[in-house]
Amino acid sequence: MKPIIRFKKFFRFFSAMPALGWLFGFLTAVIIEYLIGDNIAWMLGLPKIPALFGFLIMLKKPLLIPGASAYIIIVYLLPLTLTARFCSGTINKIAAKLYKLPTPVYTVLYLIFLYIIIDIWAGISDYRIVTIKLTFIAIILTLSLNVINGYMGEFSCSHTGFMALGAYTASTVTLILCANDKLFGEALLPSYLAPFLFPIALIAGGIIAAIGSLLVAIPSFRTRGDYLAIISLAFMFIVKSLIENLEVLGGARGMGSQPHLANLPTVFIWTALSIWIINNFVTSIIGKATNAVRDNETAANAMTVNTRKTKIVTFMFAAFWAGIAGGLFAHVLCYVNPGTFGIKKLAEIFTMVYFGGLNSVVGSIIGAISFNLASEALRPLELFKWIIIPVIMILIMIYKPTGLVAFKEFNIKKILAPKGDK
Amino acid sequence: MTPLLKVENMTHFFGGLRAVHNYNLNLEKNKIQGLIGPNGAGKTTVFNLITGIFKPSEGSVKLDKEEITGLFPHQIASKGLGRTFQNLLLWRHLTVFDHIQIAHYSQINYGLIGSFFGTKKRRKQEAEIEESARRLMEIFDISDFANMLAVNLPYGAQRRVEMARAMAIKPKVLFLDEPTAGMTPEELIRMIQIIKNVRKEFNVAIFLIEHRLKFVMELCETIQTLVFGEVIAEGTPEQIQNNPQVIEAYLGKEDIT
Ligand SMILES: Nc1ncnc2c1ncn2[C@@H]1O[C@H](COP(=O)(O)OP(=O)(O)OP(=O)(O)O)[C@@H](O)[C@H]1O
Ligand SMILES: [Mg+2]
Repeated sequence: MKPIIRFKKFFRFFSAMPALGWLFGFLTAVIIEYLIGDNIAWMLGLPKIPALFGFLIMLKKPLLIPGASAYIIIVYLLPLTLTARFCSGTINKIAAKLYKLPTPVYTVLYLIFLYIIIDIWAGISDYRIVTIKLTFIAIILTLSLNVINGYMGEFSCSHTGFMALGAYTASTVTLILCANDKLFGEALLPSYLAPFLFPIALIAGGIIAAIGSLLVAIPSFRTRGDYLAIISLAFMFIVKSLIENLEVLGGARGMGSQPHLANLPTVFIWTALSIWIINNFVTSIIGKATNAVRDNETAANAMTVNTRKTKIVTFMFAAFWAGIAGGLFAHVLCYVNPGTFGIKKLAEIFTMVYFGGLNSVVGSIIGAISFNLASEALRPLELFKWIIIPVIMILIMIYKPTGLVAFKEFNIKKILAPKGDK
Repeated sequence: MTPLLKVENMTHFFGGLRAVHNYNLNLEKNKIQGLIGPNGAGKTTVFNLITGIFKPSEGSVKLDKEEITGLFPHQIASKGLGRTFQNLLLWRHLTVFDHIQIAHYSQINYGLIGSFFGTKKRRKQEAEIEESARRLMEIFDISDFANMLAVNLPYGAQRRVEMARAMAIKPKVLFLDEPTAGMTPEELIRMIQIIKNVRKEFNVAIFLIEHRLKFVMELCETIQTLVFGEVIAEGTPEQIQNNPQVIEAYLGKEDIT
């Protein structure tokens, strides 16, 4: 019993710490790592700064486990604990002051703060930058699929298809206009215009994905019944083989040398935007009407809800974001091929949605982050990764069938609120 | 005076089964009318035909002089026809407040832009709707449950949620399909009071299906008796009570009190 009590006491500091405290703690940690991380790693006998909280090192070279653990404790846990223990009071006061500002204002301030931390953290290595960018994109994908499979209660398998449409559309636009490449030749626009053009290219990708989604939505939602799963799966394969056979787009070999436009701030901003807009949508009455249609269509109709329109609009909305995610994805990797958008990617998105929790924005964010970090961390295990991840999935399905944080509203005010002292 | 809701010569077949035959209804403003009849007589089918769930094989339905036959259920509802369901159709994952809020669907016009970006217009309309929802929850005595899942409520309260939800669409006519089914005698008395209040507060015409005769006799100004899809008698509660055909077909089997 005793150690448990001590453990609880230890965590009491953390429960009194507002979101701002966590940010301060992490800021200290990443600054320490930035300044003297190399030295600490060297002293602990590590070859370099552990890229992903030491997991990779621990799995690759078990002998380094003590060193890697010590690194994590010194660089991350210590600053966090010290902040929680000694600064909670002050930070709560600052948080309370910030909290008096209008919600959009302090939300943006927090986001800027969060971005600074992420930027410093990711600055240590290119590997971190790519991992975090792909994690952000996964958040957009997971959230948008959750809109269909969770909020709307349909089962759609075409998400990677929409992603492919977005990726290829956005790539085509940027390749024609801003890059010298084999497929489309010389750039048509001077390169300083490229960053301004990129959002337009992404939105074009989103719109094409949304229009493509009509091909699935119109036949599936015309009648009641479960045609969506089949039609959407077919759609995904059609998109894939269509691109494979379009030589203009590089066919099965893929499309490469996209300009490096998806830098970390761009991906961060698009992710924040997607969370904000999707959360706005699902909490609006139009968004909640999709919940009503899911739970009982007859009753929704009798309460004036236009079922078919609601479904189609919601579906297109989700497809739009999948398209945006696809465009970002293509410009992060600077290469895409049709094989990327197959069943394996789809399975990953499903895992993130169902693991994180249906009908929940927080759930999707947690699902995407934890799945991406876990699958990166377990990479050294190679094949075993694909045993461990499904096992975790099965355990979750048994003990929490709707996912970790299902059916919860995402309330930014609650998350950022200062914690009163008890 | 032309009636608020007028149904003329409505007939409906389910395959070979004639579920409703030559049905007529003249429901006037601010009146409460009852529809009684034995099990399987076609009462719920009449509701479903008028509210657009089924399209009548023949006949016409006019709401406020406007033809509504053949429209989609959500269109008919938007024109001012609210209803509850015999077998409680609540939304499983939604709170009581959500139920009432969503039923304001046709009253919002902030559009997709508003729902994506949380515009001022949206905030204003949602604040108005919230107020309207609070008021409805007050009237139907479900305020205490506002943040609970509707399906977790006691049975009587679930029925009241359904009625509050139906009233949120601001109907001119309210259809209640067996509003007291499964209720205890105390809940039943409370329901009579609530329905009387609703009529007074909202000025709606009410058309209700009911099995408990005490309830119908006490509440309704006129009553129709439906047997095998046909109206065999129509009139005031006294006339119905004393109609030999009705007694034979229906009342004879039950205790009138
Ligand atoms: N969707 C349907 N398809 C085929 N037959 C139906 C359908 N709905 C109802 N019926 C039939 O129509 C007849 C009338 O049913 P209805 O539900 O209208 O009766 P009711 O008067 O409401 O009875 P109760 O008092 O049991 O609710 C019944 O014989 C029923 O089996
Ligand atoms: Mg019935």
